[in-house]
Amino acid sequence: MALHVDDLRVYYRTLAGDVKALDGVTFDVADGEIMGLAGESGCGKSTLAKGLVRLDGRMRYVGGHVLLDGEELPIWDDEAMNRFRFREVSIVPQYAMSALNPIRKVGRMIHELLRARGVPANGIQQELERRLELVGLDRSVLGLYPIELSGGMKQRVVMVISTLLDPSLLIADEITSALDVSTQKAVAETLVEFRDRGFVKSMIVITHDIAVLYQVADTILVMYAGKLAEKAPADEIVSNPRHPYTRLLVSSLPEVGVRYTDKQLLGIPGRPPSLLEPPTGCRFRDRCPLATARCEQEPPWVERDGRGIACWEASAAPTAALPVAVESR
Amino acid sequence: MLTLDHVSKTYQIGSFGRGSLAAVRDVSFELQPGQVLSLIGESGSGKSTIGRMVLRLLRPTSGSITHDEGDIAQLHGHELKEYYRRVQGVFQDPFSSYNPIFKADRIFGMVHTEFFPHVSDDEWRDRLDNALESVSLNRDDVLHKYPHQLSGGQLQRLLVARALLLEIRYLVADEIISMLDASTRIDVLNLLADLKDRGLGVLFITHDLSLGNYISDTTLILRHGCVVEMGATEKVFGDPRHPYTQNLLASVPLLHEKWRREGVVGPSAATRPPEQAAEAPQLVRVEDDHLVAAD
Repeated sequence: MALHVDDLRVYYRTLAGDVKALDGVTFDVADGEIMGLAGESGCGKSTLAKGLVRLDGRMRYVGGHVLLDGEELPIWDDEAMNRFRFREVSIVPQYAMSALNPIRKVGRMIHELLRARGVPANGIQQELERRLELVGLDRSVLGLYPIELSGGMKQRVVMVISTLLDPSLLIADEITSALDVSTQKAVAETLVEFRDRGFVKSMIVITHDIAVLYQVADTILVMYAGKLAEKAPADEIVSNPRHPYTRLLVSSLPEVGVRYTDKQLLGIPGRPPSLLEPPTGCRFRDRCPLATARCEQEPPWVERDGRGIACWEASAAPTAALPVAVESR
Repeated sequence: MLTLDHVSKTYQIGSFGRGSLAAVRDVSFELQPGQVLSLIGESGSGKSTIGRMVLRLLRPTSGSITHDEGDIAQLHGHELKEYYRRVQGVFQDPFSSYNPIFKADRIFGMVHTEFFPHVSDDEWRDRLDNALESVSLNRDDVLHKYPHQLSGGQLQRLLVARALLLEIRYLVADEIISMLDASTRIDVLNLLADLKDRGLGVLFITHDLSLGNYISDTTLILRHGCVVEMGATEKVFGDPRHPYTQNLLASVPLLHEKWRREGVVGPSAATRPPEQAAEAPQLVRVEDDHLVAAD
């Protein structure tokens, strides 16, 4: 088991109180697995990504454990995490520009980074050039400033840097969201390529775009309001989702070929609850068309047939007993 | 009718404007009331520049934009104000479109005093309720709130409601849903479709092919400021003829079909902008209502 997260809680400190952005999540990522993480903005997916690498000043570790290859990650201790960052856990942030030093040439920046981590740079130079070539970049990019690269090139440079020491876990946070469609495809395929070549053991890919996840991920984990909603193989999430939230989300996605004159898609009415004082019980209750009195109690996480789900209705009923289409209004 | 006739726009770039960048080259199309026309292209394709020229935030370097037979470049004073009562824009980031210290009702109050000073308060209230209703918002939910208290979808709908109060005929919608969540973006898209059925002409600017396909009657695919393919949406998407359109469609992530893996390659040389402003390629008619660039 590459990654095991157990009841992790990370809150944001604000003047109004704690925002419970990550409120008890438990999941595993297997060796060689690319796990997609999907959800609306404010559901806690980026908090999870950042939490596994570095908690910033506003974030507070409240509880839970993270085990990577059997060893506990001390995510509450900024200094102790230094031993793991970049070597064992690495992140590719959303905006590649903010990950590159604008006043250093790319090559020099990489050397400084390696020196700071105590890695001899000359031993790795050849591997660096080989990997740049693999993602379609010439070694001459090492002599350029970040501003001279296009968005997709920057994103691929950052991906090569992040995975240079073959980390066990790579976290890719919305890395394709700011890119054009053709560049998006190239960057997303690079992720799969890196896993296939063993540059990283497993990956968490975060995006709000389920269609991209379907293309690259083995499994998809859907989060809602700081908690897990459903985790299943990517095919299952897209073609046979069971949690009402996942079903409404997937059915609201326009696809090439779907036109509103033929088939009108519907959104999900309402808004996610405030995480300052989240409601008790199921947090999707207010927007859920299947909600019953039982949903006032928190639904347990039930795992069956390679699928985990937190919903009273969906986990109790066999597939056939679920209504075929969930009407959202 | 809103008509663009051989419109081009060249930006002066670099220090003292020594360089130039042809952002839009020889683009012509017509937008009718009750029609949704999508401008689809990657970044740098000139799609937003076209939208800004229609809104007269930029002036074309050559060519003309006419609204009901009048060239919009010639409009001044009262005429220009009339034009803005007919044509309005909504942009990508709803959070920066609002003054953060104004409550929502003050924004509508400004429309009242600025454009309709002779309308009584009672009648204005009715009109406002109508406009809010047509964007599916409840006045008590939104009017007495500051922008930061509203969601992105609500803010975008308020902007559309503001445009509707002006009794507009054309709306320039520049990436209006790319910052919204999946669960609310489809509602805003359906709203546009609903307004279209009631006679509004929409210039829908997006980089997302599936959104353009969902909503539009007519589609223009742009690359480096030139039209590469245009025509009825079902023809452009159903039977793409230009290699660039085919390539774009192949790159769109679908929900039930995986990408064909072609190994990891960078963007091809063809997608890089040309060094100099070459001549825009000629458009050739391949079938009824379907034009493709010959290059």
